[in-house]
Parts: sequence; C-alpha cells; structure tokens
Amino acid sequence: MPIVIFELPDGTQRKVTAGSGTVLMQAAVSNGVDGIVAECGGNASCATCHVYVDERHGELVGPPNDVEDEMLDFTAAERRPTSRLSCQVQVSDALDGLVVHIPEEQV
Amino acid sequence: MSTTTAGVVVVGGGQAGFSVVQALRGAGYEGPVTVFADEPRLPYQRPPLSKKAHTEPEGPAVDLVPESFYRERDIDLRLGEYVAEIDTAARAVTTGSGVRVPYEHLVLATGARNRPLPVPGAELEGVHALRSLDDALAIGRALTTARDVVVVGGGFIGLELAQVARARGAHVTVVELADRLLSRAVSAQLQEHLRERHERDGVRVLTGTAVERIEGRNGQVHRVVTGQGPLPADLVVYGIGAAPRDELAREAGLAVDDGVIVDEHLRSVSDPRVFAVGDCARHPHPHAEGLVRLESVQNAIDQGSLVGRRIAGTATGPYASLPWFWSDQGAVKLQIAGLRARTDEVRVVPGDTPERVAAYAFRDGRLVAVETLNWPAEHLAARRLLQQDTPVSPDDLSGSTLGTLARARRATEVRA
Ligand SMILES: Cc1cc2nc3c(=O)[nH]c(=O)nc-3n(C[C@H](O)[C@H](O)[C@H](O)COP(=O)(O)OP(=O)(O)OC[C@H]3O[C@@H](n4cnc5c(N)ncnc54)[C@H](O)[C@@H]3O)c2cc1C
Ligand code: FES
Repeated sequence: MPIVIFELPDGTQRKVTAGSGTVLMQAAVSNGVDGIVAECGGNASCATCHVYVDERHGELVGPPNDVEDEMLDFTAAERRPTSRLSCQVQVSDALDGLVVHIPEEQV
Repeated sequence: MSTTTAGVVVVGGGQAGFSVVQALRGAGYEGPVTVFADEPRLPYQRPPLSKKAHTEPEGPAVDLVPESFYRERDIDLRLGEYVAEIDTAARAVTTGSGVRVPYEHLVLATGARNRPLPVPGAELEGVHALRSLDDALAIGRALTTARDVVVVGGGFIGLELAQVARARGAHVTVVELADRLLSRAVSAQLQEHLRERHERDGVRVLTGTAVERIEGRNGQVHRVVTGQGPLPADLVVYGIGAAPRDELAREAGLAVDDGVIVDEHLRSVSDPRVFAVGDCARHPHPHAEGLVRLESVQNAIDQGSLVGRRIAGTATGPYASLPWFWSDQGAVKLQIAGLRARTDEVRVVPGDTPERVAAYAFRDGRLVAVETLNWPAEHLAARRLLQQDTPVSPDDLSGSTLGTLARARRATEVRA
C-alpha cells in the first residue's frame, strides 16, 4: 500500500499508509493527521480538506475536477496552483511517496 | 501524575464528543480524558446513514477515526457504558454499572433522540426511525425487498431516505403534515424547487396530510392511513424531528429548556465546571436573537473543538462559528449557510446550469443566509462573506453572484 507524507504548516511530517482505492482525505483522517478537518466526510461540500500537493508530484496527482475547481476559490487558506481537496484525490499505488502540504487554516 | 487526578469526562461519543477529545489532545491537554459512549461501537458519522442503503455492518466507512487514534492519545473510551447520574457538588459522574468517576471538567455531548411517532400502529414490524447505525442497517435490509415505502415527515432525513428508497426501485410516498417540505428549515421559494425535483424523480409528495394510523397484518406493517386515504406500505420510515437528550442535566439540577442552557462559552449557566456541545446544547449565537439549538455536523465539530481548546487553555473567545449545513437528496445537494430566522426578503436566483439555484435571505436589507442547490462554490462564497461579516445588500446581488463578489473582494484584499 502506498505511503503518503503529510507536512504540517510547522514543517513536521506525518508518514501514513494510505489504502488503495480510498481517498487522500481518508488516509489523513484515519491516521489522525491534524489540520484536515473534513467536516462533510468527503462529500465535496465543505472545502475543509484542502491540501497543497508538493510541486514535484503535481502531474502525478492531476488537476481538480470542475466542482472542486470552483470550490477551491473559496478555501480558508489561499488557493495555489497546487491546491486540491484531498477528498477528491483517489489513492493508487502510483502515489507512493507523495508529499502534500497542509495549509494553515481550514475553516 | 497520580491516578486519582480528575480530568475531563465527556458524556456521549458522537460527533461533538469526539471533537472535544480530538481538540483537547490536539491542544496539548495532558490530564486524564474519559469518554462515555453508550453505543457499543466506535464513534461514527451519522450523515451517511440516510444517504445510501446500508446492507452490511459498515465499520470503517463511517467510523470517525480508528481505535488506534484513542489509544495513541491516551483517551479512555468506554464503549457501551452510559452515565446515569451527575453529582455536580462532588464533581463526579456515576455510570449505569455503578462506577463513580470524578471530573475537573464535565462535557455533555449527549446528542438528540428521535421524536416518537404518536399514532396507533407505530410499534408494528417494518416501522422504523433513523438515528443509529443499527437503525440504518435495519432499514437497509428492509429495502432489499420493500416495494411500497412510506416516509412520514418531509424533513432532511425523510427526503434523503425517500431518494435512497427510490434508487432501489421502490414506490415512495412522502407524507408531510405541514403545507410544505422542510418548512422550518428552508425558505418557501427553494422548497418549491426541491419538491419539483423529488417529483421528477418519481417520489410522490403529499403535503398538508396527516398520518392517522398504521395498520398491520400478522404484526407486519401493511398500510398507512392518511387524511388523503390509505397508502400500501411494506416499509415505513419516520423522521418527525428530534429532542435533545438533556434529562441527565435536568436531574442534576442544571438549567434546561429544550436543551442544556449554556452561555457564549458553552458553559452551563448553572455550573461553570459543566459544558454542553452539539445537538443537546441551547446556546447564544452572534447571528441569532435569543438562544438556538442546532442539529448539524458543523455545530457539533466547532462547539466540541472550542470547548476542548478552552479547557486546554488555547482558546478564550466566545462561540461564533458561522452555522452551515448540507443535505444530499438523490442528485440534489442542498446547502445552507447562516441562520434564516426572521428574514424579511428572499431572492431566488437561477445558477449558471439548470441544476443550480440559490436563495438569498435578507434581514433589514442585509444578507443573513444563503440556500443553494447543487452549487457548492456559491455556498462556500456565502460562508466566506457571512463569516467575515461583510454586509451584502440586495443591490450588491443584482446581476451578480456571491462567488463574483467574494472573488472581487479577495482580489482587493490581496492588492491592499
Ligand atoms: C440520519 C441522520 C443524518 C444526518 N445528516 C446530516 C447531514 O447531512 N448534515 C449535517 O450537518 N448533519 C446531519 N445530521 C445531524 C448530525 O449527525 C448531528 O447534528 C450530530 O451527530 C450531532 O452530534 P452530537 O455529538 O451532538 O450527537 P450524536 O452524534 O447523536 O452523539 C451523541 C452520543 O451520545 C450518546 N449518549 C447520550 N446520552 C448518553 C449517556 N448518558 N451516556 C453515554 N452516552 C450517551 C448517544 O448514544 C450518542 O451516541 C444527521 C443526523 C442523522 C440522525
Ligand atoms: S471533506 Fe468536505 S470537501 Fe472534502
């Protein structure tokens, strides 16, 4: 199963095993990674699961879907070109070693 | 640390209770933390229960976090144990099995229970309410064979479940006593749109209709007799509102009135050692006049988090999070931002696709709440603007969406 690294705003890293076929948000929540709130439980309703995909992995993860793209304009922390909603990112073996950065605020 | 140190005791292992302990440890609280959760399973999310048919014990999919989360953070999670009594003078709770546990801070997060259906026949086999995972599993099992489903109550849970049953191919009728669906929660204007969409999906909607009794055959539900005649039914699900579980607090002598009454810091007005959060709390809010009690995930998470951080010493301000809510009804995603009570003007605006609609509610010329269908971006823009307390007038919205306004204001902020 792929290993994903969540980097918190203070620079500390949390390495977690993500189940293939789940979403990135789930990997963070089930491992108690702070800073991913995920109020709506992955329903693309809340934008409290915002992450910045590390620049090196942007292409691997791909662009946001249409609804997500619109929602990203209104996240609590600034939108960057690497912004994604982690509940919309499917985990696959290809993502092994992925680094994502958690923004300062979610709500 | 001596083992007798009294720490934080949380009553209730739901969304709000979980949020309290997550925030306590997240904020560095090091004292003992005990959670009493009378349901015999790990704390879980309720929203998915009414949004799809559940046919097997779906542990990990609805659990808030795995068991290791509590273990790693030294949170004493007592599953299947309920608190029977609070002794505020001695600062201790007593469990159903007679164990006494002292506390320094007590947090009530007991949630709400469904109002019972007050008609003859409500006890028949095949009549269900929906609150717990067990309820959802029972309904899911019944849905595998049900052909005629009657949903009593056109609220969020009823309408979500009507769509679930419809997707399973059943004939579905929603019976609502009030003249419209979601009458307390959503503006009349948006309600019309919703009704149309449910009817388009083949859900029959009877408003202004009372359920008189439920009749059975061999103990199994057979039909529902309404003011508009009988409806065949092999499954009845009712959702006619919930009442806060505030009896523990009442028996302990704390102020209670349809919920545990708390101040702006979510502390019981009767005892500063006791907090109440989530569905069971009645609280002041800067956007409300008088006290409100809200039943939503947002409210449970944000209140729990504030109390956890306050006890840990990292939060000081009053509770002021903007209320918001969502409900997925088949293909319709309904979202509400803000509090709609006593609005004097509502404007309904079609979105940029036929599926999208927004209703903007104003009070004294100022935007106070926004309801959207299938338009998460507009909902989020509304949350940003309402949270920042930026006044938005009906004029600001002529020919514009909140999305456009919020983007423009963001751009000016960045430039400034
Ligand atoms: C079917 C359903 C669908 C929903 N969908 C949505 C939605 O789409 N969006 C949304 O925002 N909200 C939704 N809600 C509402 C949301 O789930 C609640 O507002 C939220 O769960 C409230 O959290 P809580 O912790 O206050 O209460 P709960 O989650 O109900 O938890 C309270 C817990 O405390 C336990 N308890 C009570 N008394 C005691 C005691 N004396 N000792 C020990 N334990 C005790 C209860 O058994 C319960 O497990 C839905 C609710 C239901 C039932
Ligand atoms: S968890 Fe709510 S949008 Fe991702």
